[in-house]
Amino acid sequence: MLPLRPLTGVARGALTQASRRGYAASSSTAAYAGKKDAKGNYTVTLIPGDGIGPEISESVKQIYTAAKVPIQWEEVDVTPILVNGKTAIPEAAIHSVKKNTVALKGPLATPIGKGHVSLNLTLRRTFNLFANVRPCLSIPGFKTAYDNVDTVLIRENTEGEYSGIEHEIVDGVVQSIKLITWDASERVARYAFEYAQSQGRNRVTAVHKANIMKMSDGMFLSACRQVAKDYPKITYDEDLLDRVCLQVVTNPGPFSDRVMVMPNLYGDILSDMCAGLIGGLGLTPSGNIGRDASIFEAVHGSAPDIAGKGLANPTALLLSSIMMLRHMNLGDFANRIEKATLSTIAEGKAITGDLGGKASTKEYTSAIISKL
Amino acid sequence: MLRNVLTAAAKRPLIPQRSATTLAAGYPRVSKRLPTKYGGVYTVTLIPGDGIGKEITDSVKEIFEHVNAPIEWEQFDVSGESNEGEALFNQAMDSLRRNRVGLKGILYTPIEGHISWNVAMRQQLDIYASVVLCKSLPGVPTRHNNVDFVIIRENTEGEYSGLEHQSFPGVVENLKVSTRAKAERIARFAFDFALKNNRKKVTCVHKANIMKLGDGLFLNTFRRVAEEYKSSGIVSNDMIVDNTSMQLVAKPGQFDVMVMPNLYGAIVSNIGAALVGGPGVVPGCNVGREYALFEPGCRHVAQDIKGTNKANPAAMILSATMMLRHLGLDSTANAIATATFDVLNAKKVRTADMGGNSTTSDFTSAVISHL
Repeated sequence: MLPLRPLTGVARGALTQASRRGYAASSSTAAYAGKKDAKGNYTVTLIPGDGIGPEISESVKQIYTAAKVPIQWEEVDVTPILVNGKTAIPEAAIHSVKKNTVALKGPLATPIGKGHVSLNLTLRRTFNLFANVRPCLSIPGFKTAYDNVDTVLIRENTEGEYSGIEHEIVDGVVQSIKLITWDASERVARYAFEYAQSQGRNRVTAVHKANIMKMSDGMFLSACRQVAKDYPKITYDEDLLDRVCLQVVTNPGPFSDRVMVMPNLYGDILSDMCAGLIGGLGLTPSGNIGRDASIFEAVHGSAPDIAGKGLANPTALLLSSIMMLRHMNLGDFANRIEKATLSTIAEGKAITGDLGGKASTKEYTSAIISKL
Repeated sequence: MLRNVLTAAAKRPLIPQRSATTLAAGYPRVSKRLPTKYGGVYTVTLIPGDGIGKEITDSVKEIFEHVNAPIEWEQFDVSGESNEGEALFNQAMDSLRRNRVGLKGILYTPIEGHISWNVAMRQQLDIYASVVLCKSLPGVPTRHNNVDFVIIRENTEGEYSGLEHQSFPGVVENLKVSTRAKAERIARFAFDFALKNNRKKVTCVHKANIMKLGDGLFLNTFRRVAEEYKSSGIVSNDMIVDNTSMQLVAKPGQFDVMVMPNLYGAIVSNIGAALVGGPGVVPGCNVGREYALFEPGCRHVAQDIKGTNKANPAAMILSATMMLRHLGLDSTANAIATATFDVLNAKKVRTADMGGNSTTSDFTSAVISHL
């Protein structure tokens, strides 16, 4: 039996915020400021990735060439190297992403074995990617149990339950620390409001479990409330994690008017749950927004079983690249490519095996190009 | 057994022992001392809770009265909406310790104010296993129709440990505590549950790829316990929690018994409830070594429809039948559960959550008329 704990007590509510306010407060968050080169192109780092990565990246490149998108790709390899026993990304890749501030990335296989931290985590840390944006939109023509999904979820990406601080106190007793800081909460909240504003969504919902985790999630909420005051035109509300799960799965429709923002773990689980509503990770784009750079990626696996066979579905990477175009203020190109992609899937004539069709990656790519 | 609830209800005349007419409380019984019983009547602690709690427990009381169930209630109207309820809450806890068995609604937990009394109850009574039954019902329209799984959730540690501190202004640490002893007993509970209910597969839900020590301990303990059940033909596997939630909304048919740490349980049970028709039809209970506390499986206070007579009492009625089975009152439990399923499947009396406009009292009367 556990010892009795006092039942009243933690009534601190709004926790003391750090007296200084971070950089996030002063400027609009992580906006793209790239410059065109002599030929009028923006340079973007491309990380093709492992497994099916090179095939789907090739598909995206072809579509971009056909659509005459003003982008010059700079391909880099991020196969990890061990520096002083720590996983690191090759200097050339870091340099490229830092210089271009935008990258598109295919799936990476994390090498198994001690010493390697997940590459995604390494990228996140190297470039300070604090927010993960996961929009999920029902794809017409691909039937799932839900047909009215249009959710946007923004996840804090650097701390929370995934802080990685864990220790075994005595044999069989482990403490894992969920770390919540005011600065990181404020930064992601501000990005959520900025994103909502730019995408014409006029509501931001903070998802939390502050009734149980009063201090940690409580501080996340205080930060959101504080930021909300700077965006009077956007409605701000809060909802319990339990209720959000229940409501999204029951009927995702009402969530199409808003952006959800939440700490790391909740965001991880809910973003995949929303992906499940529209048919899985093969159809969902993802963007990691950071201070130094932003990386847009396909979040599905590297599918080594079908690698090199020309069967892979490039949709997730393509949709991620469309998010990237919007981030770079190339909305017109984004709209054209998006329309061509969605109508190709809706027609159902040239779709890949995972969507129930028979087409190869090449046929699917050509079908999209023909609709541009 | 759980999986043939509906078919068995159709061919009712045969009521074998521990029959299938209810979402059975076929969990392993662990209580050492028997519940309070005087002259053939059990004393059970009743905590209606906040929100719709009073309405749905009234429904149970009415039905129990109609069938003359040998239950005497010891009722405590605890409310979590203010801090004043603490004295009454402590009385309710003492009553639970005396009676060993209770039925409760959900108590409201403010964001700023006292800690969750729901969690405090589970921790103080050490009712470590939460059992939530998610099964599609033909009478309840949903997007999926092949859902039939059980969520076994660790109830007493993890993120709900309540250990938090501000180590520096603007930096909060929240301790998630995981212990091998608690991981082992919940894993064992899940396998025992699978054995007793003739279920074939137990899935461990975790995030051990990131929380290598904490969830790693949970997963490794699960795997070790699974070895002991191999010869019984129970298959075990594990799945990362984000993938689980994606699979649940896309292909829920693949799950049978699921076991997981505390916080993931909150998420998964809500997804599960949404798959089968909402919190109004999902029964559940919390079981420990000494105590058993029955409450709806999906823990929502539902303050928005409080006092409007609109709540669906099915989850609470079914939880109460699980309690009757726990006390060995199977025939009464069977009768009430069958009547409840009949009403749900007849689709004539439907509360708002099922797309109708019947009231809580209509539903209660319908159940009574089916008895």
